[in-house]
Amino acid sequence: MKSKYIEEIIVKILMALSLLAVVGFAASIVYTIFHRGWSCITWEMVSSLPGGGFYIGKEGGFLNAIVGSVYIVAASTFLGLLISIPVVFYLNIFLKSNSKFAYVARLAYDVLFGIPSIVYGAFAFTLMIWLGLRTSLLGGILVTTLLIIPIMIRSMDEVTKTFPRDLLDASYSLGATRLETMGVVLRQIMPGIATATLLSVGRAIGDAAGVMFTAGFSDSIPSSLSQPAATLPLSIFFQLSAPQAEVQNRAYAAALVLTGIVLVISLAGRFIMHRFSKNKI
Amino acid sequence: MLSRIFKQIGFSVIKPDTDDLLHADARLEVRHFDLWIGDQPILKDISLQIPEHKITCIIGPSGCGKSTLLKSFNRLIDSVDGVRMRGSITLGGQDILRSNGANLIDLRRRIGLVPQRPCPLPMSIYGNIAYGCRIHGIRGRRKLDAVVRHYLTEVGLWDEVKERLREPAGGLSIGQQQRLCLARSLAVEPEFILADEATSALDPQSSKIVEDLFVKLKEHYSIIMVTHTLRQALRIADYVVFIYMGEVIETGDAGQVFHHPQHELTRNYLSGVFS
Repeated sequence: MKSKYIEEIIVKILMALSLLAVVGFAASIVYTIFHRGWSCITWEMVSSLPGGGFYIGKEGGFLNAIVGSVYIVAASTFLGLLISIPVVFYLNIFLKSNSKFAYVARLAYDVLFGIPSIVYGAFAFTLMIWLGLRTSLLGGILVTTLLIIPIMIRSMDEVTKTFPRDLLDASYSLGATRLETMGVVLRQIMPGIATATLLSVGRAIGDAAGVMFTAGFSDSIPSSLSQPAATLPLSIFFQLSAPQAEVQNRAYAAALVLTGIVLVISLAGRFIMHRFSKNKI
Repeated sequence: MLSRIFKQIGFSVIKPDTDDLLHADARLEVRHFDLWIGDQPILKDISLQIPEHKITCIIGPSGCGKSTLLKSFNRLIDSVDGVRMRGSITLGGQDILRSNGANLIDLRRRIGLVPQRPCPLPMSIYGNIAYGCRIHGIRGRRKLDAVVRHYLTEVGLWDEVKERLREPAGGLSIGQQQRLCLARSLAVEPEFILADEATSALDPQSSKIVEDLFVKLKEHYSIIMVTHTLRQALRIADYVVFIYMGEVIETGDAGQVFHHPQHELTRNYLSGVFS
């Protein structure tokens, strides 16, 4: 009896330590970003475009990167949801549970999930050369959409798999069509969709490799889909690569903005998720 | 039944032009019905005529095919992998087994379902009742309010929930949820109610309320109930179907089957030799 008690205490301590390690890790990143970024962030940085010598320490800001990132993330999340939700419905409601097609499709999404974004970028770049296209906002949006689709599908799919089948029967037995029943499914899996969206936004906004090849980089805000666009991760990368400490600190200011955007989206997502999931069974 | 609904709430989910056609004959008949799942025969040569405005209890040991038969009536059995059916099940002359598309949707509306475990939709209490009406084209706040009030009153839930109609249905007690599911089924104006062990997940008091409701509702609806509890069948059944290993062994009025069973298997089942 006593050994069981000790066993439980040891396991409890191990769990607490693991949790502490994760929280500590996250806290140290946030601390570093705040510590180095907060002291040099100015309104000018977030509200103006880079001037001529911005990357060697002269005046300007990184509004181009903020706007570029927001454009790419918003558009790719929208497109991603537009493609992923029907796929998840098809896999879980229209196909039988032992469908071989569903099995192969899930395997394919798992493989895509694991492919590094630089491969997506290189693939899209090859395709763009073949089609005679130049780096553009559209290219960045498309490659980011491709990058996040497997994340969206797999995380929504896991939630939808646990969807109670009785709910389908309840809806069908009232004379609902499959399309009408999807409305019920959508309400039930809403928290799953919200989680998938948050994960995807996190991945999309933080990705540098995919957009490097496809969206390129520009010191101005793109006014059309065919113009190149800057992104925050690439802006951070370019500033960190500079030899001057002042420019490197600006990179931390950009990282602070990036972290802030992710934080705001996460909190907003949680709030919306809570509102939509209050009727969940 | 329709005139009753018209009188009380002033409109119906049933389109007036199809009403006479659909309701002229509402008998549910099963003829030489066989069902397989994969290669396994589950139901064998079932022939039955379900009496109208009565409670028909389908009894039999676990795994004998009671629920499968019930799910065949509204074709929810379709979602089971590898299911094959032969024979016919007709509702008012319309073959259920050969129905698809719009016909199947209308048949399902005509045959309500109360599941084993209460299964409220992920909506508010109000939304659960209004859902069926909305999908059948009834819009407008005033109309839906009337439907919700009428059917919640019919199942005795109105006074308990009238102050919190907009709250999630998942917050109700299990017994209340089951009555909500019944009200939801009634709101699309079915002629039959299928109840698959509808009281097995409920506490004795809630179970009694639901049982009493069925007895009250049989005046307007024909009720088919699968039950595991012989005492319950004895209390409320008017007509009994005893199934054993996928075959109908005996059917008849409840008094006759329970007190003067003709078949030895029925006698053994009722006396508890097997269950």
